[in-house]
Amino acid sequence: MGSDIPLMSASMKEPSNKDRRYFLIQTTAAVGTVGAGLAIWPFLSYWSPSEKAKALGAPVKIDVSKLQPGEMLTPVVAWRGKPVFIVRRTEAMLKSLKETTLSLADPNSENSEMQPDFAVNPWRSSNPEFAVLLGLCTHLGCSPKLVSVANFEDASGGFFCPCHGSKFDLAGRVVAGVPAPTNMEVPPYRFESENVIVVG
Amino acid sequence: MAEANLEDKKTKIDEAMEWVDARFPATETWEYHLSKYWAPKNHNYYYVFGFLGIVVLVNQLLTGIWLTMNYVPTDERAFASVEYIMRDVNYGWLVRYLHSTGASAFFVVTYIHMYRALAYGSYKAPRELLWFVGMAIFLVLMAEGFFGYLLPWGNMSYWGAQVIVSLAGAVPVVGPDLVEWARGDFLMSEVALNRFFALHVVLLPLLLVALVFVHIVALHHVGSNNPDGIEIKKKKDNQGIPLDGIPFWPYSIVKDLFALSVFLFIFLAIVFFAPEMGGYFIEIPNFEKANPLKTPEHIAPVWYYTPFYAMLRAATFPLFGMSAKFWGLVVMVSAIAIPLALPWLDKSPVKSIRYKGVLSRWALRLFVVSFFVLGWLGVMPATKTYTIMAQFFTLIYFAYFVLMPWYTTVEVTRPEPERVT
Repeated sequence: MGSDIPLMSASMKEPSNKDRRYFLIQTTAAVGTVGAGLAIWPFLSYWSPSEKAKALGAPVKIDVSKLQPGEMLTPVVAWRGKPVFIVRRTEAMLKSLKETTLSLADPNSENSEMQPDFAVNPWRSSNPEFAVLLGLCTHLGCSPKLVSVANFEDASGGFFCPCHGSKFDLAGRVVAGVPAPTNMEVPPYRFESENVIVVG
Repeated sequence: MAEANLEDKKTKIDEAMEWVDARFPATETWEYHLSKYWAPKNHNYYYVFGFLGIVVLVNQLLTGIWLTMNYVPTDERAFASVEYIMRDVNYGWLVRYLHSTGASAFFVVTYIHMYRALAYGSYKAPRELLWFVGMAIFLVLMAEGFFGYLLPWGNMSYWGAQVIVSLAGAVPVVGPDLVEWARGDFLMSEVALNRFFALHVVLLPLLLVALVFVHIVALHHVGSNNPDGIEIKKKKDNQGIPLDGIPFWPYSIVKDLFALSVFLFIFLAIVFFAPEMGGYFIEIPNFEKANPLKTPEHIAPVWYYTPFYAMLRAATFPLFGMSAKFWGLVVMVSAIAIPLALPWLDKSPVKSIRYKGVLSRWALRLFVVSFFVLGWLGVMPATKTYTIMAQFFTLIYFAYFVLMPWYTTVEVTRPEPERVT
């Protein structure tokens, strides 16, 4: 008969060696699943940044020796394709940061997306004199402009985004009630020497 | 029996399947093609190569798409982009080697698959159309490999393509125009590279997948052949199930999975330890960028084309006013096309070599030997001795087909059994 070989899904009768069959099926399935996972891994890893991309995304060195107090470093340097804003803050600027009259959405940078540990302070930097920020508005990514007091409510000025009107203070903290939801990002950086910042 | 009780115990899955089946032939398809497709129970390991072909096809599609994410089809960047994949992209070397080894594996698997058809008469009625679709797949596969080989834009890629495209120049009247049209330029250049890229990545893969689908539909319509060459549908039980049939799922599937493990062991050993295969899978001149001014010492196609290449080169003299180049093209095309005639060349009353006479057995042996020898000759330079050998073995190759109507008629065959053995 064509059906004298026991069919696995037959409801007619139980196959012989049921335990052994089930054991073999389960172990094969388990090993096969592990194998499949291992096989998929290279294809996923293939998508991650290549060595070339990682090299291009390497840290950049920025010389700030010529930067005057109250000014932002130009031309703007890029790190991983993003603009880095470096502002040398004056005493007056730092004072008004601490005693700000602006209504800030996140004054203590609790919800900031990128912020190294050393930047959890009122000036959001390792050295109060230098603001190091990623020059992108956290709304939709336009580059804000550094503006003086005249165009800004606060005595110290800040960053104004021309696209939809978001405002940030000189520590990159976002003003309440503007389209941008979070403070400007602080990239990882360190001072290699007194005048050289390494970002990344 | 216990049917009445089972009716009441419909599970959620049963209900879900009923919902699907009312809208899509899911269970019907599963049963027709898998759980109630009756495979002959005497299938031996020659019968796993169709399945392995599908596995290799999936491998080529997956690795090919991944390579396309980083490959650039221009003269300036093609070669460099391949080096970028090999050196900088995470596991790029692995994806590339899987693809290049896969190409060779595709032909190993396909040639063995075709040999099985020759041995067991799987091209005979009612499977002639199945055989034609299979030959179409073979042709598309050869084109796919040819277009793909140009893409790394190495020196062998360039010159191999140059030579093979120039062959079209041998066609009478329209030849040279045809070559220019194919290249899109006055010489082999980036124009050809770009269009071969489109053909290799989009058109031919789509065609291949469609043909494989049709191939399986055609097979399932008539049922699989078997090593004894007898039709199992002739003897059915009172349920209409062939006496010598076993359900494809789970038996053939499980057997195929075992074969897959053996195949993967060998395949991956090559991928990880010998992907260049001594210059036969990835050829030495291809480690330098294409140079239109520097021809490699020996231009040879990749190993899987060499039997046909040897036959092409075997035509060395003009005849009836047509050039040797023309006759070379004719011989090569005929060698690829003549298997199509097999269903009508084979006049034997039996299908399988097991029951054919001594003449057929020797013919098949000689055919296989000639295929291997021609393959080896295709790799060697065309010296006087080798050319004469190629001419001799080309005749043997064609004799297998041309003499078949005679030797399959005159020989004494053995009676086929009633049931499979």
